[in-house]
Amino acid sequence: MAADMRLPTFRKQVSLSGPKSATASLVVPGDIITSDTGFMRGHGTYLDEEKLTASVAGEVERVNKLICVRPLKTRYNGEVGDVVVGRITEVQQKRWKVETNSRLDSVLLLSAVNLPGGELRRRSAEDELSMRDYLQEGDLISAEVQAVFSDGALSLHTRSLKYGKLGQGVLVQVSPSLVKRQKTHFHNLPCGASIILGNNGFIWLYPTPGQQDEVAGGYYTSIEPVSLSDREVISRLRNCILALAAHKVMLFDTSVLYCYESALTHQIKDILKPEVMEEVVLQTRHRLADQEG
Amino acid sequence: MATVQVSEAEKLYVLHGVRDDLRVDGRSCEDYRHMEIETDVVSNTDGSAKVTLGHTNVLVGIKAEIGKPKPMVPDEGYLEFFVDCSANATPEFEGRGGEGLGIELSNTLYKVFSNKHSIDLKSLCIRPGENCWVLYVDVLLLQCDGNLFDAISVAIKAALFNTKIPRVHISEDEDGGKEIELSDDPYDCVRVNVENVPCIVTLCKIGHRHVVDATLQEKACSVASLLISVTHRGTVTCVRKVGGGSLDPESIFEMTETGKRVGKALHTPLMELLQKEESLGSKRQKVGFLG
Repeated sequence: MAADMRLPTFRKQVSLSGPKSATASLVVPGDIITSDTGFMRGHGTYLDEEKLTASVAGEVERVNKLICVRPLKTRYNGEVGDVVVGRITEVQQKRWKVETNSRLDSVLLLSAVNLPGGELRRRSAEDELSMRDYLQEGDLISAEVQAVFSDGALSLHTRSLKYGKLGQGVLVQVSPSLVKRQKTHFHNLPCGASIILGNNGFIWLYPTPGQQDEVAGGYYTSIEPVSLSDREVISRLRNCILALAAHKVMLFDTSVLYCYESALTHQIKDILKPEVMEEVVLQTRHRLADQEG
Repeated sequence: MATVQVSEAEKLYVLHGVRDDLRVDGRSCEDYRHMEIETDVVSNTDGSAKVTLGHTNVLVGIKAEIGKPKPMVPDEGYLEFFVDCSANATPEFEGRGGEGLGIELSNTLYKVFSNKHSIDLKSLCIRPGENCWVLYVDVLLLQCDGNLFDAISVAIKAALFNTKIPRVHISEDEDGGKEIELSDDPYDCVRVNVENVPCIVTLCKIGHRHVVDATLQEKACSVASLLISVTHRGTVTCVRKVGGGSLDPESIFEMTETGKRVGKALHTPLMELLQKEESLGSKRQKVGFLG
């Protein structure tokens, strides 16, 4: 019950001693990347008096003749096929506006969702009037990016049984650049919880659903209370993800799992203390490096 | 206050969690988040402190000026509070958006410190009826992640502990006029006794139970909160209810008991930390804002 009070200390960088960290070239806005005019400019760069200059703070990536700068902390830039987790902000005439941590609110058209019961038909005026019965303001959904409008806004769709409204669980928000692009973003972790790693930095943790019918089409949300053991797993995972994000470790199912296993020895609420965070992240980094090497 | 949106299913999850005494981040209902306190961060104030509670960041600066005492109490000094909600915290505070919250916080602080035992105001008097010390307490909200009152009260206590008021003495010149002289030695100062300064505990009612140190998400799931300011002896100096929901008398009683217990337990580690920081003296590594 005692409050944990302490004097602040400088945050130490948790890095493995290895040659890899030396080769990372970080730039800040205004840094000249190269004066050679033979390169093509990619994202995050601009030409300033014949010199290629960085416009964002991040790592320089070079692919043959293309130079671009990948920022460390940025708003989510959507690509077609990305899995995102978003929150409904508005219900409009034939669409929902979804907040996905990007520059503009994303759009979820009424024609891009599955109707309950899985029927395929033209959306009628009645469907329009009962939009709020499906998705309200504040609801969380998982969706896929279908298209990108010319102004950069994303068009989402939930036309698959694995997407749809999200039920009970915990949302963790991290920077989009920390979520690794993988084949699948839906994982059922062996520790007893499930995770959706949205490309936009929204990570959804929820108890693994039992043998329930999928016919409901993603709109049935269970109001059964989640068991205490599942809650402990979810809370520990949440703190692990925040610890990894604080130390800028890429988030994917293996790194989250390793971090969870390293954190099992500590109490859940202690994981967010600076020294415990460092220890857990260091162990995770070691295991990931061993796995690669 | 900065608000976050929560879905109905998330609210249900938080509610059941609080009922089972396991919150979203693994804390129990009476646990505080990790707190970091540093004093003497602003060099041109007489006392300052910065408190980080989770992601809530609060900076307090205290300046002592000589002013005229209030006519009703000519032998006491007084405190003036001003809370500024910086637009750094959330875009909602841009322009005059943070004024409402700032005024609400200031008024609560006036009420909390209105108890005559909190601070020995008589020690702030220089000449009864003519001069006294006025302590201007300025609070700056840098980041908002729930539980502002607790963080502000801890920061004010730390800043008052750190405050060094210059020693003055009154001299008479030939014509009978009195002059106030500050002592030449910059280290010759008077410290404020902060033993009885209260700390505020905010209790949010979620479902049938209440939690201490609620995050913004938990605040969105609660209907009403109770603010209790408690001294180190467990004396309650001020109770305020905030929020649109209702509280029945039994829960108010339970929440007050919890608040007294939790508030009393806050003071001891805080004073120990402040003493330890003071004893480090010049060896202390100042972190400030670049950590």
